[in-house]
Amino acid sequence: MMNAKPETIDQGRRTFIKATAAVGGGLLIGFYLPGASRLAEADEVLPAAFQPNAWIHIDKDGRVTIVVDKSEMGQGVMTALPMLVAEELEVDLAGVHTEFAPAGAAYVNPLIGTQLTGGSASVRSSWDRLRKAGATAREMLVAAAAKTWGVKEADCRAEHGTVIHPATGRKLAYGALADKAAALPVPQEVLLKDPKDFEIIGKPAPRLDSPLKVDGRAGFGLDMKLPGMLTAVVLRCPVFGGKLASFDTGLAMAVPGVRQILPIDAGVAVVATNFWAARKAAAALTVRWDEGPLATLSSGEISKTYARLAQSPGAVAKNRGDAANALKGAARRIEAVYEVPYLAHATMEPMNCTAHVRPDGCDVWVPTQAQGPAQQTAARVAGVPPDTVRIHTTFLGGGFGRRAEQDFVAEAVQISKATGSPVKVVWTREDDTRHDFYRPATYHVLHAGLGKDGMPLAWTHRIVGPSILSRVSPNRIKDDIDFTSVEGAANLPYGVPNLHVDYIMHESGVPVGFWRSVGSSQNTFVTESFVDELAHAGKHDPFKFRRRLLADSPRHKGVLELAAAKAGWGSPLPKGIARGIAVAEAFGSYVAEVAEVSVTPDGQVKVHRVVCAADCGMVVNPDTVKAQMESGIVYGLTAALKGAITIKNGRVEQGNFTDYPLLRMDEMPRVEVYIMPSHEALGGVGELGVPTIAPAVVNAVFAATGKRVRRLPIRLADLRRA
Amino acid sequence: MTLPVAISLTVNGQLHRFEIAPDTPLLWVLRDELGLTGTKYGCGIAVCGACTVHLDGEPIRSCVTPVSAAAGKKVTTIEGLAANAGHPVQKAWVAEEVPQCGYCQSGQIMAAAALLAKNPNPSDDDIDAAMSGNLCRCGTYNRVRSAIHHAAKMKGGA
Repeated sequence: MMNAKPETIDQGRRTFIKATAAVGGGLLIGFYLPGASRLAEADEVLPAAFQPNAWIHIDKDGRVTIVVDKSEMGQGVMTALPMLVAEELEVDLAGVHTEFAPAGAAYVNPLIGTQLTGGSASVRSSWDRLRKAGATAREMLVAAAAKTWGVKEADCRAEHGTVIHPATGRKLAYGALADKAAALPVPQEVLLKDPKDFEIIGKPAPRLDSPLKVDGRAGFGLDMKLPGMLTAVVLRCPVFGGKLASFDTGLAMAVPGVRQILPIDAGVAVVATNFWAARKAAAALTVRWDEGPLATLSSGEISKTYARLAQSPGAVAKNRGDAANALKGAARRIEAVYEVPYLAHATMEPMNCTAHVRPDGCDVWVPTQAQGPAQQTAARVAGVPPDTVRIHTTFLGGGFGRRAEQDFVAEAVQISKATGSPVKVVWTREDDTRHDFYRPATYHVLHAGLGKDGMPLAWTHRIVGPSILSRVSPNRIKDDIDFTSVEGAANLPYGVPNLHVDYIMHESGVPVGFWRSVGSSQNTFVTESFVDELAHAGKHDPFKFRRRLLADSPRHKGVLELAAAKAGWGSPLPKGIARGIAVAEAFGSYVAEVAEVSVTPDGQVKVHRVVCAADCGMVVNPDTVKAQMESGIVYGLTAALKGAITIKNGRVEQGNFTDYPLLRMDEMPRVEVYIMPSHEALGGVGELGVPTIAPAVVNAVFAATGKRVRRLPIRLADLRRA
Repeated sequence: MTLPVAISLTVNGQLHRFEIAPDTPLLWVLRDELGLTGTKYGCGIAVCGACTVHLDGEPIRSCVTPVSAAAGKKVTTIEGLAANAGHPVQKAWVAEEVPQCGYCQSGQIMAAAALLAKNPNPSDDDIDAAMSGNLCRCGTYNRVRSAIHHAAKMKGGA
């Protein structure tokens, strides 16, 4: 997801914590954002009205409800965020209740500029404000107890949902104090715990959603049910940019349960009482598409265009020294062309959205990563004011950046408005695979100049590819550079005295979007493979070569050394197995991975073991960090070893897991994750495991076979012997 | 166009009667007719395993099983696997913190429960063979494997 630039977003905005008495009793802690805010990086204007959105509710029975303003897509925020509150509030995590936040100004992600879960930013964007919210509630409850007993607040202590006056042994539970606390003034300065006193943060905590996910209770968007709800399947033009020409309902309306078939912006909607009826009817429709100018587009053509464009200079993303001259004088030059394909997100839960449009407003139930944009989209499509649109976030069956998009929201709202009923739009797996916003396909030309000692004196990297921000947020493109297209390349960590990175933006018409780890997913593969090529060219050990070049980057060096040590780098391996290493910085965190790999005679890659070292600064839930690294490794391994999205006749050739396969359990390596102990500022974790796994594997393949793979996914033909 | 017929089947111990086209996939009968949404749709072509339920105790892919094939038989879904999520597999799943997004996990649990019913002490190869058809995009495979071993021990010790 998008990288964070906090300094340009938070300037000049102040946040007041507000407390009110809740309807029905109890204490409600909220945030108040004064005045209208035109956020520097966002494209929406927030309403000026006072909005005391709640974060914590404590009722008269002492029940603590924590509002979670981030979407739970597997990354564990439904547990990590309440941990921040519970720590300062002095309640046990196991007893808290949680609710997902509605769309609201208070829930704007300060690192992103709108209410959106992404950028691996959930925990680090919540670190301060959720602890402050918890501490504020705690201090007000202590004040209420002190006032009740006529003692000093300093002589009271909060623990496990109770305020205690140790001198007299008096106790009052939070429930008994909530009403009184709500009437007290809100402290503007609160004391946060010293990290050495943390009892919850930093320790593995059982996920609050696990029990719901083992017995079928967890409600995903696809599971929505409402009285009178209809289900819709949409036929969309298979060619990018094509439009509906005409359609023939034929026998479709005769399918039992079908209610209506109508044209919408996205194509043709088939609306029925249940999914299977809609699906059957959709198959019976004859639809004619005006395929448009992209009907002959192919992956081969895109690749040829990239190669041609790469012969000219692009917009400069990074320039240090004089790489062109340094290359001329180098003892040895290495050049390489790398290419990576489009990739689909392939969330296990296909896209879906449920909407109910009424004359006075709209409710949307959706597995979304972007409540803010969803509210704006629904308002626009329904033709109602945004503050009459309620967004209800369900559990997400995977997100990976796909569910920050608004296409499925617009469809559901449009169909509900047209039919006058609540409507759930369900995408089939084929719809999901063919109508994605893909991880960009990109083309890379690199040159390096080595000195006589084999160390690099110059490094140039030209990237050709589409720009995500040109669609999503064009005002963030500066000097023709989309920073998401060059991340991982422009911030090359190595101490190379002459560095030049440039970028040529080219749109082929294939929609592109944020895919887990974004620019780093492709650029780190390229840079960590190329630096490995340089190491081998100069007969240097790939680990030692990198370490030498990272002398001025202690945190990169730290994870590199930790991964190498835990992997036993340099120690003997069984015959046929070799190691590869890669290191990167992304989302404010640092990661290094070592892969142990063997290759069969017919070219099959087998990954036996992955050792991962992660430095994400301070850690909230270490088990979540470990799980997210495991998860990112699998996500990246699928990209390294499995399918690609290819284009032919202007359409995606793949459709389901048969032709866009995912890594299976019997292909899964042993994975060990080591978390670097750190007191540094929190870095992101959700996407961190992805960037280094593909290069680690490709580097191990080279070590095992002497063959350098410069295109993903690795194919049998690349490595087949004899 | 297949016409509706009368079909009866038992789901989680309860008898249900439908007037329904016999080729309707069992998955959609469970989800849309009975409101049992724990069984998931992931691919519709029996490749991902998210739709796994038990038919007379055997694991099947409900997305390609016509409801007529379940007529007169006993279907068990994730909701009916055990009271209070008390099946050793479910307890092991929580103890090992297996789920991330959770969408594939109903299918994983049903497949794992069926494996352990047949093979109380599976090897890693046995687990691969039984479980590799259950896809997980979040990559929980190593924890699924640990949890199956954990559940096998729990069952053994009971």
